[in-house]
Amino acid sequence: MPETTSNTNEHALLRRMLRIRRIEEALAKRYAEQEMRCPMHLCIGQEATAVGVTAALKKDDHVFSGHRAHGHYLAKGGDLTRMIAELYGRVTGCCEGRGGSMHLIDQAAGFMGSTPIVGGTVPVAVGAAWASTLRNEGRVIALFFGDGCFEEGVLHESMNFAALHQLPILFVCENNDYAVYTALGDRQPQRPIHGIAAAHGLQTSNLDGNDVRAVQTAAAEATQRARSGEGPQFLELHTWRWREHCGPDIDDQLGYRSPEAQAAWLARCPIQREQEHLRGQKLLTETELHNMERNIQQEIDIAFDTAISAPLPPVENMHRHLHAQ
Amino acid sequence: MPSKSSLKAEQTTNSREQSGAEALNDALALCLERDPSTLLIGEGVPDPMGIFGTTTGLRDRFGAERVLDMPLSENGLTGICIGAAISGLRPIMVHQRIDFALLAMDQLVNNAAKWRYMFAGQASVPLVVRCIVGRGWGQGPQHAQSLQSLFAHIPGLKVVMPVFPDDAKGMLCAAVADDDPVIFIEHRWIHPVRGEVPDGYFETPLGKARVRREGRHITIAAFSFMTIEALHAARALANLGIEAEVIDMRSVSPLDVPTVLRSVAKTGHLLVADTGHQSFGVAGELISRVVRQGFDHLTAAPVSVTLPDLPCPTSHVWAAHYYPTAVDIAEQALRQCGISIGEAEHRELEKLLPTTPPDIPNPDYRGPF
Repeated sequence: MPETTSNTNEHALLRRMLRIRRIEEALAKRYAEQEMRCPMHLCIGQEATAVGVTAALKKDDHVFSGHRAHGHYLAKGGDLTRMIAELYGRVTGCCEGRGGSMHLIDQAAGFMGSTPIVGGTVPVAVGAAWASTLRNEGRVIALFFGDGCFEEGVLHESMNFAALHQLPILFVCENNDYAVYTALGDRQPQRPIHGIAAAHGLQTSNLDGNDVRAVQTAAAEATQRARSGEGPQFLELHTWRWREHCGPDIDDQLGYRSPEAQAAWLARCPIQREQEHLRGQKLLTETELHNMERNIQQEIDIAFDTAISAPLPPVENMHRHLHAQ
Repeated sequence: MPSKSSLKAEQTTNSREQSGAEALNDALALCLERDPSTLLIGEGVPDPMGIFGTTTGLRDRFGAERVLDMPLSENGLTGICIGAAISGLRPIMVHQRIDFALLAMDQLVNNAAKWRYMFAGQASVPLVVRCIVGRGWGQGPQHAQSLQSLFAHIPGLKVVMPVFPDDAKGMLCAAVADDDPVIFIEHRWIHPVRGEVPDGYFETPLGKARVRREGRHITIAAFSFMTIEALHAARALANLGIEAEVIDMRSVSPLDVPTVLRSVAKTGHLLVADTGHQSFGVAGELISRVVRQGFDHLTAAPVSVTLPDLPCPTSHVWAAHYYPTAVDIAEQALRQCGISIGEAEHRELEKLLPTTPPDIPNPDYRGPF
């Protein structure tokens, strides 16, 4: 990930979150151009989970994700230009135009794949952790999924196997309380999600997913335990998606989430909180923040220009990659 | 009766007569031996019955880390094997009944079949899923399905169905060596089938049919166990002056249409026999392709011999009516060649009637599964 010299390490978490926020805002703004013709699930408001967890990982550790994956891909170091090109259906996209927003991959960065069937990558990530163990790779796998995934049987099958074989995997549940328009309370009985993971034999933590430093600390501890052979770990990170489930807009007018809850969560913006933390420690000046914003914007502008100017995939490429050559 | 078939494989200097189960066991041992990244996992793999003898002894030889039982989590474990496969391992999964694999359709269809394509060739899924098709002894509606057409419909999945022990061994080795997911369908009744099998490791290419009997009057293209029924039928037909060419299709996807077209160009007649249901099935697909690509060769409308469009009923009284046999193939072949069934034909067809009850694979069989 490009780090500019004007930012110190103390700024890294802020910068990574701000970068994801500004990238997604740019995507949202340009979505109306009708050139990014694929479903897109923005993580605006949830940046701390992606940044906090990946900050605790090594470069060689692997990450898997689901449909709302931009933040996870970018936080792990996935190539920005290739992601934007993928959304624009370009041949230079990270899947050469076969995936779009819901299928991202950058294996060089350790982002091993995201797919949009809820629970779809859960067992795949467990299998990658199994391979890490069998091949003595010392690699930890981090896996992002949502609260809705707890309603999928495959999650429980996967946790069972991960615990049985004490695999080095970090299950990260981003609990944003909603599956599309349906509240958690309408889908699951009153009991803590992390309690189910504990019942499967996982070591669990339950915390505010909008506190990037708390997330990083919890993830670092969990990753350390996983790496030292203590078996699968689980983080329940409470957070909130600011925009609609799928698409670029804010959909508060639909009324499926209470205005009070929405306002309370907006006040818990992970980026604002980190800025306040840094200012309180006298580690961030307005000039530094201004420069950070400017550098990020420059990177985004260049990435969009590069991505959009790339060619569309040649029609004859459609049949490629079905089987090994 | 079918198990008595000792149909000769291509002779090599070093070969031995084996059952299908023994040949599969050898293939698994050779794959585990030659590549330490190979894993074998499934419900019952290390148990005393060893998946009908196909996995017996392998845990002792290769260790509990590589030869292991699995939780009753077909979808989860399929996804876990996919994750292991994209991470450099070569898992072989086993389902004692193909019906169990239905629980894993999400992972097989959405992930295994698509991972390479959707990620533009950046990752491979070298996964083999052995699925056993049950038949007889009251296997019934949920233990006797033959679901090859379901899997073959999905681009990205290879689907193979060997029947003879040499092919079972060579195609299993080829499936494990393949960098893409392969659904390896074993009809339960191929396990006792005996034949000559070359020693040592060898790969039999996937997607290639094999002419098991040459003939000039009618082409019988058969899948899996129906190949054995077809060869019996061919002997009866020969007594009636009809020389049938019997093609063991061996693979469903890729489907070796050129081999069938070459045969039909010679015979002008086509009968396709499959272990699956009639509608939207493999037999219909093969006929469709031959008609589209070789219409001018055909002198009569092709026919198929398949299961009826019904779930498999359990009571043994229905087995003879549910499962088509050599008799049905021979009868359809005669009609296809424009020969009406007279007294001589009846006598030959009667000789084909099974001497064992139609719900067991051989006279020694005592159940329970």
